[in-house]
Amino acid sequence: MRLVVDLNKCQGYAQCAFLAPDVFAMHGEESLVYNPHAPEEQRERLARAVAACPVQAITADGLDGAGEQGTGSAQEARDAR
Amino acid sequence: MPADHVDWLRREGRIVIVGASLAGLRAAETLRAEGFAGELTLIGDEPYEPYDRPPLSKSVLLGKASPHRTELPHRREIDAKWRLGVAATGLDLSAKRVKLADGDEVEYDRLLIATGVRARPWLKADEARLDGVCLLRTRDDAADLYQRLKAGPRRVFVIGAGFAGSEVASACREMGVPVTVAERAGAPLVGALGGVIGAVAADLQTENGVDLRPHVTVTSLEGDPVGRVRAVHLSDESVVEVDVVVVSLGSVRNTDWLTGSGLGAGPRGIACDAGCRAFDFRGIVTDDVFVAGDVARSPHALFGYQFLSLEHWGNAVAQAETAAHNMICHGADRRPHLWMPAFWSSMFGVNIKSVGVPPMGDQLMITQGSLAERRFVGVYGYQGRVIAAVSFDNTRWLEFYARQIERGAPFPVEFPTMDRRPEGRQPVAADFPDPSLPTHGPTVTLTGYSPADQQLVFHPARH
Ligand SMILES: Cc1cc2nc3c(=O)[nH]c(=O)nc-3n(C[C@H](O)[C@H](O)[C@H](O)COP(=O)(O)OP(=O)(O)OC[C@H]3O[C@@H](n4cnc5c(N)ncnc54)[C@H](O)[C@@H]3O)c2cc1C
Ligand code: SF4
Repeated sequence: MRLVVDLNKCQGYAQCAFLAPDVFAMHGEESLVYNPHAPEEQRERLARAVAACPVQAITADGLDGAGEQGTGSAQEARDAR
Repeated sequence: MPADHVDWLRREGRIVIVGASLAGLRAAETLRAEGFAGELTLIGDEPYEPYDRPPLSKSVLLGKASPHRTELPHRREIDAKWRLGVAATGLDLSAKRVKLADGDEVEYDRLLIATGVRARPWLKADEARLDGVCLLRTRDDAADLYQRLKAGPRRVFVIGAGFAGSEVASACREMGVPVTVAERAGAPLVGALGGVIGAVAADLQTENGVDLRPHVTVTSLEGDPVGRVRAVHLSDESVVEVDVVVVSLGSVRNTDWLTGSGLGAGPRGIACDAGCRAFDFRGIVTDDVFVAGDVARSPHALFGYQFLSLEHWGNAVAQAETAAHNMICHGADRRPHLWMPAFWSSMFGVNIKSVGVPPMGDQLMITQGSLAERRFVGVYGYQGRVIAAVSFDNTRWLEFYARQIERGAPFPVEFPTMDRRPEGRQPVAADFPDPSLPTHGPTVTLTGYSPADQQLVFHPARH
């Protein structure tokens, strides 16, 4: 699953790192690093992190409400190398 | 009738977006979200679907993310025709056609240009071709650089200590790779944040083991007999032996393909109005060509109507959304793009963020924390107003200062703040370099007026 964090919005509350530590981690006191391609088995945890972020800084494929699931899967297949 | 035209456009018009990256994708999503039902085409010269760049100089170089997997999540289905791996090579404004490198032409009713910038290459082409001389803009660049860092080079040399160059240096140190950074100015980040904050960035680098060389320029890159880079020669006559050179000298706007099109496009980007409508070369606003993201420069009422070029992720998103909205609505419903500039970076474990336009500021006050602790908020003042703020590991305060900037709050900052120290009671000069001197990788370019423009001669038209 793809995800992106709007780090302008992110306040370093570390909620996400607590809920999905394999995807998000704090680096130093305040900076967040994350893996923009979370493995499928992280879906549940990622969904929780998206929901828990107090500033709604995380967008993930099919998880952020507005997005329809499976978007671009044909693209993905074509671009896979 | 114009009203009917917009309704028709929304139903069955053709919209073409050139530049299939962050701004292009978010614009496409907004068009669909706002009910555009016509034909949508995205043209991108990279063979990949839109991916995110900021991780390329951060998590990717640290081995925490794959350079091949930073594709942007989609906010919604966009049902677009993708033309990836093919560059737009020309634009015919009157026939409303985009020419492609493969000889095809694509017609549009409305066009969005979001071609961004590319990394400025090393100025001597033969030296730039040496094996080991790298740039960092695309995912291919990041994949290549990551491999080289992982191979354990003797030393990496970074030319230019802007944000990107400093982030590369930080990644090198974290991977235990020796690194030298050369910067023409007196300190890193000086062009973006001024000399006072630059001095803090310089300490950060040297304490983390970076061999920082301020006040020097690179004069040449030397290769070995098989064409690998071997050494870097500096203006102070020193020579540094290296295996990898990262050229981090800022960026060049992707406007070459518009040469001769009649659009107001050039090395500083494409000028547009606050509604993201591009100007033609006569300064007349077009009504069917829109611009967004790093390639655009637009006037901002909060900053003296300066034309700002922002190489900021958040600006690309916000401007794309506004451009898309304005492309498919009636004149009275159009919105201005008056985004509060905001930027983040992280290096050596420190989170750096800014809001507003620091290079416009001439004075600086440390309103929270202290420079020595590298945990502070610095507020920039310009003509008695708060114009920008920067934080090192103090992000929670920036929102507050963003509001201050919007309100034109007075500077020097008078209100008492938490954690205000004696050093922050008086403003000091922010110490930006002479604006007519080019700097490496500015994050904001003030293009409305530059002292360098004094060479322009204005000839009034004779009637
Ligand atoms: C390594 C790195 C780190 C960064 N870190 C940060 C950060 O920490 N914080 C921050 O705020 N910003 C950061 N940025 C900046 C941010 O990534 C940009 O502001 C953002 O990518 C701009 O998006 P854009 O869509 O306008 O342009 P781009 O992402 O540059 O996309 C333009 C696209 O158009 C394509 N194109 C160009 N010419 C043509 C043509 N003629 N025909 C077809 N396609 C064309 C390009 O190849 C490219 O794919 C970073 C950038 C880089 C490179
Ligand atoms: S939960 Fe949100 S604000 Fe907190 S660190 Fe994660 S992304 Fe940032």
